[in-house]
Amino acid sequence: MLGSAIIVFREVLEAALIIGIIAAATRNLPGRNIWLLAGITAGLLGSVIVASLTGQIAELAEGVGQELLNAGILGVAAVMLAWHNIWMARHGRQLALNARQMGTDVASGGREMSALALVVALAILREGSETVLFLYGLLAGGEQSFASVIGGGAFGLVAGALAGYGLYAGFLTIPARLFFAATSGLILLLAAAMASQAARFLVQADLIPSLANPLWNSSWFLDNNSLPGRFLHTLIGYEAMPSGIQVVFYTATLILILTGMRFFRPRPPTFTTS
Amino acid sequence: MKTLFILLLLCSLNAYAVDNEATLVIRDHRFEPEEVRVPAGQKIKLMVHNQDSTPEEFESYELNREKVAAPGAKVTIYIGPLSPGRYPFFGEFNAETARGTIVAE
Repeated sequence: MLGSAIIVFREVLEAALIIGIIAAATRNLPGRNIWLLAGITAGLLGSVIVASLTGQIAELAEGVGQELLNAGILGVAAVMLAWHNIWMARHGRQLALNARQMGTDVASGGREMSALALVVALAILREGSETVLFLYGLLAGGEQSFASVIGGGAFGLVAGALAGYGLYAGFLTIPARLFFAATSGLILLLAAAMASQAARFLVQADLIPSLANPLWNSSWFLDNNSLPGRFLHTLIGYEAMPSGIQVVFYTATLILILTGMRFFRPRPPTFTTS
Repeated sequence: MKTLFILLLLCSLNAYAVDNEATLVIRDHRFEPEEVRVPAGQKIKLMVHNQDSTPEEFESYELNREKVAAPGAKVTIYIGPLSPGRYPFFGEFNAETARGTIVAE
């Protein structure tokens, strides 16, 4: 029972933290709850489908289908987060100052929410499919009772969801003037973390060179297997032993998104041009 | 970024021919053999054959790898080039019994 609780907790934690950040970042957007719920539902359904197709997916693309799927999921999620940050750089101030008027702009807010609901769905899909497989394996192995497996899984699910909610609640206590900087800063790092993980899967599939493996080893300081290590791995992409190409992807994503945010930021009206 | 990515894809196509293969079997939630010797400094194609009726996830922090193997599936994981040393791995779904080490020398 403890085994299933711990593994489910670890998988749920990653998705729950991502959902917590997204829920906080979108708190003023119209129809947020419905979109989040749609993302969660789609992610859960997708998890079961991907889990049941694991064997077939692994055999695609000469045995690296799983890596390509993971890299693809992470890549799309990173692009959606990037788009969100750039969109918020343009509309965030307006949103904070005039939330009610903005709330009537359903078309724009809805498009924005659909992108983030997709990130939620993809985050759940990635972690959820592994969880489904793991629980299925425990049940099929027949060494543990149904009640023990499901009980442990439910405990892990609730604990992970509480951690995500805790992050969300913590965000809501941030003063309004810092809130935008805090959420967009964290989403920026989250997108870079996803790009770095995508790079790792592409290296594992032997599609790109690792450049240096590992580039450094900081596991004496913070192990990826420890709880704080996992927490930081999900939120900001911490790796105790990253390959060089992961650092390249991480940095390139940061630079691209920051450039986009700066480029699309509304300029204050100016009266001189020279 | 996209251009960089395409460039990297292109150079990987011809620069990386894999000569070294190693095979692991998962049976009764254990890896066989539990110690795999591979040459250091070279890319290795690690084949993992899950002969159990339950799924397993090959995972290693030291190798920076994770991959799910469905029941009965043979999966491929590229590792290395590795510096000489010991690289532990484990099966995440049965971490108490499924443990092993890659030894690069």
